[in-house]
Amino acid sequence: MSSQAWINLAYLTASMLFIVAFKQMSGPRTAVRGNLLGATGMAIAILAACFEQPVTMSIAEYGIWPLLMLIVFAAIGGGIGATMAIRWPMTGMPQMVALLNGFGGAASMLVAAAELTSTRAVSRFEESTRQAVAAASLEPWTQFAIAIGLACFIGSVTLTGSLVAFGKLQELPQFKKPWDNPNRQWINLALAITALFLLWGVFGTSQLLFFLLLVLVAAALGVTLTLPIGGADMPVVICLLNSYSGLAAAAAGFVIDNSVLVIAGSLVGASGLILTAIMCKAMNRSLIGVLFGGLGTTSTVDADEVYAGKIKSAETEELAMILEQADRVVIVPGYGLAVAQAQHAVRELADVLEARGTSVEYAIHPVAGRMPGHMNVLLAEADIPYEQLREMDDINPSFPETDVAIVIGANDVVNPAARNDPDSPIAGMPILDVDKAQTVVVIKRSLSPGFAGIPNPLFAADNTLMYFADGKKALIELTAAVTRD
Amino acid sequence: MNTTLLTNAMPLFATTPTPIEDPASTFIRLLTVFLLAMWVGFEVITKVPQRLHTPLTSGSNAISGVTVVGALVVAGSLTTGFGTLFGLLAVLLAMINVAGGFVVTHRMLEMFNPKKK
Repeated sequence: MSSQAWINLAYLTASMLFIVAFKQMSGPRTAVRGNLLGATGMAIAILAACFEQPVTMSIAEYGIWPLLMLIVFAAIGGGIGATMAIRWPMTGMPQMVALLNGFGGAASMLVAAAELTSTRAVSRFEESTRQAVAAASLEPWTQFAIAIGLACFIGSVTLTGSLVAFGKLQELPQFKKPWDNPNRQWINLALAITALFLLWGVFGTSQLLFFLLLVLVAAALGVTLTLPIGGADMPVVICLLNSYSGLAAAAAGFVIDNSVLVIAGSLVGASGLILTAIMCKAMNRSLIGVLFGGLGTTSTVDADEVYAGKIKSAETEELAMILEQADRVVIVPGYGLAVAQAQHAVRELADVLEARGTSVEYAIHPVAGRMPGHMNVLLAEADIPYEQLREMDDINPSFPETDVAIVIGANDVVNPAARNDPDSPIAGMPILDVDKAQTVVVIKRSLSPGFAGIPNPLFAADNTLMYFADGKKALIELTAAVTRD
Repeated sequence: MNTTLLTNAMPLFATTPTPIEDPASTFIRLLTVFLLAMWVGFEVITKVPQRLHTPLTSGSNAISGVTVVGALVVAGSLTTGFGTLFGLLAVLLAMINVAGGFVVTHRMLEMFNPKKK
């Protein structure tokens, strides 16, 4: 068997391991194993790459230096990545995933750039020119140049889009406000048309100039597409960018004729697209709406009208008494819980309530937080057993039988306007039917609106009590009060 | 690198010369793989429960760093100065993606599996 066959066998093994890794993601315990298998697959593929003909030929010509060079760069990258992952606080995990994603996209673009500038590629181009002319088949440069153009475009968009997403999630001051320049769609259009033109240039001529310009334009497009998107729509954007980085890797695979890149890239691309679709369905908004719509408000509901005279705020003791009499409590976490870092405090309150015989569960809305499953990870960090985390469709029917629903740092996902007001910007979005519980306790610092910028009639409902305090502090005081009695 | 050397090149351990594939076949072959893999991806990933969507995002992010494989070959082929430079940069960035991705996914999954206190 030729060495290339062995290499391809190794790539095949790696691909199979990647698929297994995804399959094992169906349960928490198997997922740990799956992740390790995926890492093993990656290691196998990396090892196999070092035996590829171009590399072995370099080694034959220059000795061990080329290999050493590869090892050094790979080791530095690996070291940086592993250190980042270990030291970064878990609460900053969405932005770290965004950052890593951007790096992957950049790598795909750079591989395309390298191939474009490498004489080896040019010589292969010439060889295939001869072959294709003889075979009178596809135009000689088509697959190669198209793949390079696509890898460049997708990779660059992914890079800058991810960096912007990082900035927003990290709440860097420059990214605080969503970019709402009224001309932004024209800018997007202009950039997109330029990009298409440049893509065509790359397809047709494989000229470096077109490639470089494409990088710049695509990078700009990545920024302009991501900048207008506000914090709560971030889960969709993260998933989409994740998908892009996979597609960029697949495109790079087309460039260098490498099947493991194509397979792994496709798996990741598919994964990202599915999650994006799930997120959009969960918000009842189309992807186009999320990317290009911003949140145009057609409803001009006045906050004062909604709230005036109907907000009942409660004291700790009063709330503690209500909790003590409750048989069934459902906690609804939102992004605010992550911000307040109150997941451990929530756990303690839940422990105290459970010790008294109250059943405690958590209602997780699919787009609560800044990443899909964000709340799950947050609560898992506090060692809250995952059996207590219930999905929205699962737990919604049980709210009428719930004595107390505690809403911490969640707003739009429990806003009944989505159900009742057809003009609301969040109309039609599936929500947690918290207002159907006997009593609702909302822990919030103030009446400030959530991402959608609209008032929440839940706060003014008869069965709602507001607890105006910082999430963590509120929970600690509640826990203390309940323990006391 | 020398063009003649490459067009007449033979893999180090082969006994027969590898035939050069025409571009159309290469494209169709890779397209086949791409479409099949997308399909497998859809089938497998729809079975992941919602609570594991974050590790899924993080894990698939790590796997998208597979670009490092391509980057290693491109960088190792030592073609032009720029080509090698871009390739090495790609190796670096992709490795950050890979290492960071797998480690952070592991950390996340550890949290889902509480240790007995």
